[in-house]
Amino acid sequence: MNWLAEIIKHSPALIVAVPLLGAFLTPLVGMINEKVRNIFALVMISITGFFIALLASDVYANGPRIYVFGAQNLALPVVRILFEVDSLSIFMAIVTFILAFVALVYSWSFMKENDGLDKYYTLVLLLVTSTLGMELTGDIFNFFVFLEISCISSCALIAFWVHKGEALEAAFKYIVISSIGALFVLFAIGIFYAQYNALNIATLANVIQFTFLDKIALVLLVVVLGMKAGLVPMHMWLPDSYGQAPPSVTIVIIGATQASLYGVFRMCFTLYSGAFKNVVISESTIGLIIIMLAILTILIGVLMALIQTDFRRLIGFVAVAEIGYIFLTIGVGLVTLHDPNMITVGKTAMNGGIFHIINDCLDIGLLFLSAGAIYYATKETSLNEMGGLARNMKYTTIFFLIGLLAVSGIPPMNGFASKLLIYQSTYQLNPIISIVAILASIMLLAIFVKVFYSAFLGPKISKFENVKEVPKSMLIGMGVFACIIIFFGLFPNIVIHHLVEPAVNVLMNNAQYISAVLGGV
Amino acid sequence: MLSLESLLETLKTGNGFWNPVVWVVATAIIFLLIYILRGFGKKDYKKETGQTQAFLSGNPEYEKELMHVKSSNVYWGFTETLKSVYDVLKKMHNGNASDYVLWFLIIMAVVFIFMGLI
Repeated sequence: MNWLAEIIKHSPALIVAVPLLGAFLTPLVGMINEKVRNIFALVMISITGFFIALLASDVYANGPRIYVFGAQNLALPVVRILFEVDSLSIFMAIVTFILAFVALVYSWSFMKENDGLDKYYTLVLLLVTSTLGMELTGDIFNFFVFLEISCISSCALIAFWVHKGEALEAAFKYIVISSIGALFVLFAIGIFYAQYNALNIATLANVIQFTFLDKIALVLLVVVLGMKAGLVPMHMWLPDSYGQAPPSVTIVIIGATQASLYGVFRMCFTLYSGAFKNVVISESTIGLIIIMLAILTILIGVLMALIQTDFRRLIGFVAVAEIGYIFLTIGVGLVTLHDPNMITVGKTAMNGGIFHIINDCLDIGLLFLSAGAIYYATKETSLNEMGGLARNMKYTTIFFLIGLLAVSGIPPMNGFASKLLIYQSTYQLNPIISIVAILASIMLLAIFVKVFYSAFLGPKISKFENVKEVPKSMLIGMGVFACIIIFFGLFPNIVIHHLVEPAVNVLMNNAQYISAVLGGV
Repeated sequence: MLSLESLLETLKTGNGFWNPVVWVVATAIIFLLIYILRGFGKKDYKKETGQTQAFLSGNPEYEKELMHVKSSNVYWGFTETLKSVYDVLKKMHNGNASDYVLWFLIIMAVVFIFMGLI
């Protein structure tokens, strides 16, 4: 059908344009009434999801799709931006859509009593736009622009409960560290432009020489994006922000954090992959540095989570530890992929890492939503003050239990499958890394046993006698995550074959990415 | 389209494999066996007798609400043993934004050194 082909052709632009348009129209629609505004935001996200689904079917069937904004003719001194959507980009877009959709469904009841919801929905849609933009763009300067939009909208959302001083403080810290990081990204982009007169990732990947300046740019990009993703010891902003933002948007902020992680994958395996081929030592060096930081991230994440008494801050530290697992796979990939004898190890690690991205979003997301449900019902965030809530909140208890089993990597949940791939691949590189990763997972289980016991079990507490289960929209939000977690846990092969492996293949073969742009436009 | 075969396919992990469906079935069978074995147990359990009361070395039982162990007391032994580690970690997480930036710059400098750029 021609119309369908036309829609698919313009999908890369529409995926970003629809939530952006939705963001600016939301205050206007909000003037009609609140219900219409909420439905409007949900419809805009659903339409975005529809375009993502169409584009995904096309990308998985026909390979990367290029979309050109601006001049088509390269011969002229032109202004143009490319979107290049491959299996990795569309995988990340699917993750972002799931998070955004659930966030909006959950927000319906969770944010009902709050003021300024027009701004809230505008900011959520802007954050989704920026995250999708970072994931779909093929232009490094454009990536920076979306990164900045993401920083600003995330900051405003973290500070949304402005009446709480802590929220404002967390937002301030976030914007300080993010702005400084973004400036370093801009500096790295300047280095590329000065040397190669290009900003397109594929063009840069084709000509990059791994000069002294390129090495500087690599360090700047990896460190900044690592910081944005929550790599220890640059992670301190993350528990502050995750702990203070409304839980309904924390999951969208998690999506934005994962987009930074996507940036690390893209820079290391697409932009610099060709350059690394000539300088193996540097690839291994940066890989080993990432592995060391990843181990530190996992250990400090779990150790700090263990002593937290604030529910959401605790989950924030667990999120840090989970990020460590993904960085571990990046490091293992960089160390092993250039060695023909170790390439299988590298591929297994990358499969585990990419699969863990979606699992991490779902598991941590479900835990945050459960924490939000408890806050909604009890107005309490301190674990010391909680107890016996399983009597009053049966569904939330079940959802939390699913989340805790998944994040601790207990079979048959989704976290087990991805962590198994990570353990196996790291074991073959160095068994000690694998042992640390397994021990950290056991500690995660111990942490959540404590949380489960403190919050849900134990005797009835008199002040919670009248506590009721949360409204349906919040239960639906948590239910969606729980269903996907169980499905991914029971049938991991489906996800790995259809979503993860194509993304890993793209990362392992940057020639496909380069030729799609240079040979296709 | 997703076929039943692809749903039940075993995940190969390089040196191992993982099939959650088989795991679930095996676990269900084990639980069933445990339940059957439990059926062979003694049936002289009496509710609301001394059999159900907690024995605290002859001390009186506190109110149920007071018996709940607070979150910060769980794993006290572990955190006490690692006190020196936690002292360092807590100092790191002092909530000072300028320290956050400092850590960021330190890591950047360290990576520069490792990469042979400084």
